[in-house]
Amino acid sequence: MSDLLVALRKEMLLQWRTRAQMFAIFVFGASALLLFSFAIGPDSASLRLHAAGFLWLALMLSSTLSLAESFQSEMEQRAFEGLLLLPASPVALFYGKALSNWLQLVLLGIGLLPVMVVLYDAGTMRVPGLVGVIAIGTAGLAAPGTLYAAMTSQARAKQTLLPLLLFPLVVPVLLSAVKATSLLILGDPMGQAGAWASLLAAFDVIYWSLCGLLFERVVED
Amino acid sequence: MNADVSPPTSSRPDVAVEASGICRRYGRRWALVDVGFTLARGETLVLAGRNGSGKSTLLRVLSTAIRADRGSARVEGHDLQKDRQQVRRLSALLGHHSNFYEALTALENLQVAARFLGRDVSRPALEERLGEVGLADRADDAVATFSAGMRKRLMLARTLLQDASVVFLDEPYGHLDPPGFRLVDDTIDRLRGRGATVVIATHLLERGAEQSERALLLESGRVAWQGQARDLMREGGAFATGRPEKTGT
Repeated sequence: MSDLLVALRKEMLLQWRTRAQMFAIFVFGASALLLFSFAIGPDSASLRLHAAGFLWLALMLSSTLSLAESFQSEMEQRAFEGLLLLPASPVALFYGKALSNWLQLVLLGIGLLPVMVVLYDAGTMRVPGLVGVIAIGTAGLAAPGTLYAAMTSQARAKQTLLPLLLFPLVVPVLLSAVKATSLLILGDPMGQAGAWASLLAAFDVIYWSLCGLLFERVVED
Repeated sequence: MNADVSPPTSSRPDVAVEASGICRRYGRRWALVDVGFTLARGETLVLAGRNGSGKSTLLRVLSTAIRADRGSARVEGHDLQKDRQQVRRLSALLGHHSNFYEALTALENLQVAARFLGRDVSRPALEERLGEVGLADRADDAVATFSAGMRKRLMLARTLLQDASVVFLDEPYGHLDPPGFRLVDDTIDRLRGRGATVVIATHLLERGAEQSERALLLESGRVAWQGQARDLMREGGAFATGRPEKTGT
């Protein structure tokens, strides 16, 4: 637990020092939302219908940038290897980084919400619900994303490899998150959003447990 | 020294490092072939050899940064394969890479290490460490702004912070100015004074031999010679004396 807090503190400090990158990733996500809206056209009903899907696509695309970036500083001077040799617990290092990546994705998602509302005419009063879905949805991206970012961090084609590995794995998360978000924006007369959110939470538990177990093998071998 | 470790599994308490048949390859090229040696607790070994002879690879294997493909080794009685975390608690590696975060300051980098090690993370304590390596006035500067020599000084500070009983120094004099050489010598003296076992890989053979009791010469990943450090210049072959190699027959 102590190692986890130390790892998390280190991640927060690194994120604060490289906060300009966070802004750049937000601009990337907002640009993606803007471009997707052009693809649909000016029909506000269609825009509103597809808002949730495009929000999550923008979040997924942006997440590959932030996840890959989170290991960039670890690899520059083999800082991560230095921590392992101290020795810091690999499990603590994983959860510290995954939590930090998750927080970054939650902030990114919250930042993209008003952009989506404006561009897709997708205003809703269920903002707390939306933030909640963003929180549990991005958790499903952060854990496997951190694991795969570690795996690909030393590969030459890491920018290509990371989405290639990550996207197929997070399809269930994407589907559940889009469905839950869509119900919150368009209305949920049958009260199904909760079921989709529960499914998301179940995926989160599986991903966070499995990835934590696998991380040591990834960084040691 | 670090007391938060389990008992060693070796029956030779006087031995700090023992390696046998260590082999390691990168792709199809063998960097280490059947390397073996034993180093008593508190001894200092100078590791010599040409560029690419396997010195850094050997130190990285012994410090558990990478795994050997074959062979076995123990550090302070702990098996490198089975007790990696124990070996890491007892050893420190000063390698080619600084292992620092470029975006963080010198002080913050030391704080990160100190927190994981459970050491005093207060500013005065760490500023004292930085002062010992001549970086007290650069405590709040990002490591990204440091020269290679300053990074090496900061690496020395972290190595001392680790308080390890076996210390692997890979080219510790590299990038340093003459006062820096003296700093490395003093650091090695301090480590030896604490009773630490030190392995120094260096091209500055006379300097390394002065600091050491034992010497080992690697050639193409194999042990070419090992003996007393004072004999390195005389017995260590063409490499040690700097004579050109004989070619052909």
